[in-house]
Amino acid sequence: MTASTFEQVRNVASDIFGIPAGKITAESSSETIENWDSMQHLNLVLAIEEKFGVQLEPEDIEQMKNIGAVATLVEKLQSTAR
Amino acid sequence: MSNSTSNSTPAERNPTNLRAEVDGLIAQGAFDLAARRLAELWRRDPESSTASFVTSRLDQLRDKLRDKLALTKFKLAILRSFTVEPIVPLLRSEAFAYGIDLEVHVGDFNTYVQDMVDGQSSLYRFAPNAVVLAVRTDQAAPELWRDFADLAPEVAQQAAERVVRGYEQWIGAFRKHSQAALIVHSLERPSSPSLGVLDSQSEAGQSGLLRQINRELRRIAEGFHGVYTLDYDALVARHGCELWHDETKWLTARLPIAAGYLLQMAREWMRFIVPLSGRTAKVLVVDLDNTLWGGIIGEDGMNGIRVSSEYPGAAFQALQRALLDLSRKGILLAVCSKNNLDDAMEALEKHPGMLVHAKHFAALRINWTDKSQNLREIAQELNVGIDALAFLDDNPFEREQVRAALPEITVIDLPKNPLEYAAAVRNCAAFERLTLSAEDQQRTEMYAAQKQRAGAEQSFQSKEDFFRFLEQEAELEPVSDQTLARVAQLTQKTNQFNLTTRRYTETQIAEMAKRPEWHIFSIKVRDRFGDHGLVGVAITHDVGEQCEVDTFLLSCRVIGRTVETALLAHLAESAAQRGRKRLEGWFLPTKKNAPARDFYEQHGFEWQVSNCEGSLWTLDLDSSTLRCPDWIKLNVAETIASKPGGKN
Repeated sequence: MTASTFEQVRNVASDIFGIPAGKITAESSSETIENWDSMQHLNLVLAIEEKFGVQLEPEDIEQMKNIGAVATLVEKLQSTAR
Repeated sequence: MSNSTSNSTPAERNPTNLRAEVDGLIAQGAFDLAARRLAELWRRDPESSTASFVTSRLDQLRDKLRDKLALTKFKLAILRSFTVEPIVPLLRSEAFAYGIDLEVHVGDFNTYVQDMVDGQSSLYRFAPNAVVLAVRTDQAAPELWRDFADLAPEVAQQAAERVVRGYEQWIGAFRKHSQAALIVHSLERPSSPSLGVLDSQSEAGQSGLLRQINRELRRIAEGFHGVYTLDYDALVARHGCELWHDETKWLTARLPIAAGYLLQMAREWMRFIVPLSGRTAKVLVVDLDNTLWGGIIGEDGMNGIRVSSEYPGAAFQALQRALLDLSRKGILLAVCSKNNLDDAMEALEKHPGMLVHAKHFAALRINWTDKSQNLREIAQELNVGIDALAFLDDNPFEREQVRAALPEITVIDLPKNPLEYAAAVRNCAAFERLTLSAEDQQRTEMYAAQKQRAGAEQSFQSKEDFFRFLEQEAELEPVSDQTLARVAQLTQKTNQFNLTTRRYTETQIAEMAKRPEWHIFSIKVRDRFGDHGLVGVAITHDVGEQCEVDTFLLSCRVIGRTVETALLAHLAESAAQRGRKRLEGWFLPTKKNAPARDFYEQHGFEWQVSNCEGSLWTLDLDSSTLRCPDWIKLNVAETIASKPGGKN
């Protein structure tokens, strides 16, 4: 994943989970982020779809275990879309 | 407000550093500026993630704002058959941008019938101002949605009628338990009907029956006060059925709306919430060059500016049509333009492509003065608060300058492309109205008559001579079905000459009117220059020997012409006739009602008591000399044809 995609995903996560972007790493997950529950997961999915103009399928959503995985997924979807 | 705590310029601000700036301002305790930057962030970047940020910071700021009145509190309940939770932050952020602090209660999935029918339900405990009934066709009419091809025509018809009866019962039950506004989603039609093109060959097809249900829902809503239809079917169509829906989210999360359209759902709800909360704009002030027409009149001249039925002038005619539609809804139009007066007036009066003309504008400020100063003067001339103005200008610099100087104004961000101007105006929720009175439709003419009155007033030596010259006539009558909407509207909108500023919905007024000890009067006024329409409301209720004035208000355009004395004298007289000994009334001060402060004292009332909310005044009816001024002809209708109650 590129730095800029990761940076943007991290900013989205910072808004959704209400924690400073600086405290979010590629490894941050529902284990380390307290309010990453199922409703916030849906909010994260919707915010990612809106921000990057991608459509996430259930298989994709299952892969979104941590922030790094989300960024990788976004890049994959953006490259196949073209 | 000083800008010393933050010297960022608009050009330096972007969504990322705006977030940092908001947090910095909150940490410094500059809460009001933080709120303004937060609203700016939302305008620039209205997305789901931003909404999470905006609502979390709003929760921190709410109780710390110096100007408590800057935000109107409003409670909305959403009864639903689908997931709406991700829409709530978007909705609360939109509301915040309109000056509304929205508290939202979301009902459980598909419990809307129990919630509405059970008077003890969590819905009613929440005590909402408004309720949205967001039910989709698959839930409201499952057999018509899923198994339509299986149904015999008469069975399908019966199913449709059953759906309508259900709604009628729930809405009736709701009205028994609550006076809140109710916004009912219409049922959407399927994008691919069961029988394909065959479906459109008959009114009794799947789409036809759903259209029939929607017509009936509108009819039911019309039978109640404060029940409105949100045309969900049309909303989905407007954005495109295939784009609007997300089948994956529907099947996995019960969320039928695609990520990119959740904001549109929130904005459609706002078109009801803004007028219900009273945060509407009463006046739209427009710029001229490159806004009302293409080009610059001072440079391009009459033949150079673009406004016609052909491209590119057509974009400006489309905007002008949108302005005329607002004017027909009672929104006043005004001009604020940096121009030479003669150049601009020639274009306004004589350009063949113009659809709006000088006569459509209630106020004109065409000069080289600073726009915020001109806007202040326009508000003063039209006798409205600054917060009642909306401002339309193609120049982002002017918009920023106005926003910074007058944060309470609604500034419309015009897109770069003039072809999108009309939609930007039509989609602005500040211009939505849920009812329309006769006064609304004639407002522009009324303001023209007002100008003549002001001119005449100058030519008289004494006020009394002027009053006699005016030949005012007033009609006083109890509230009726015909006047209910206007009476409620006046309690919602009148800020200046309003002694108690109590806001009532149509439903609440209708309820009060049913009680024998309550009296609700409206007053219509006309004079030699024209008809003011229904401009005043008084509500009293009798308690023992007292008659207490609950509400006393007059539209600002008749204040100071002694109509207020006529109305008060009538309240005293009718209370005395009913055997009351005293007329009592509170004056509850607000930011805006200073014009009413000395009203009771000037009319011989004696001060009784004051508390933190206001002061109580009383008039002894036996010794009172309060009379209707002899230059006003007062006609009192004691009984009227239809008391409110025709509707529920």
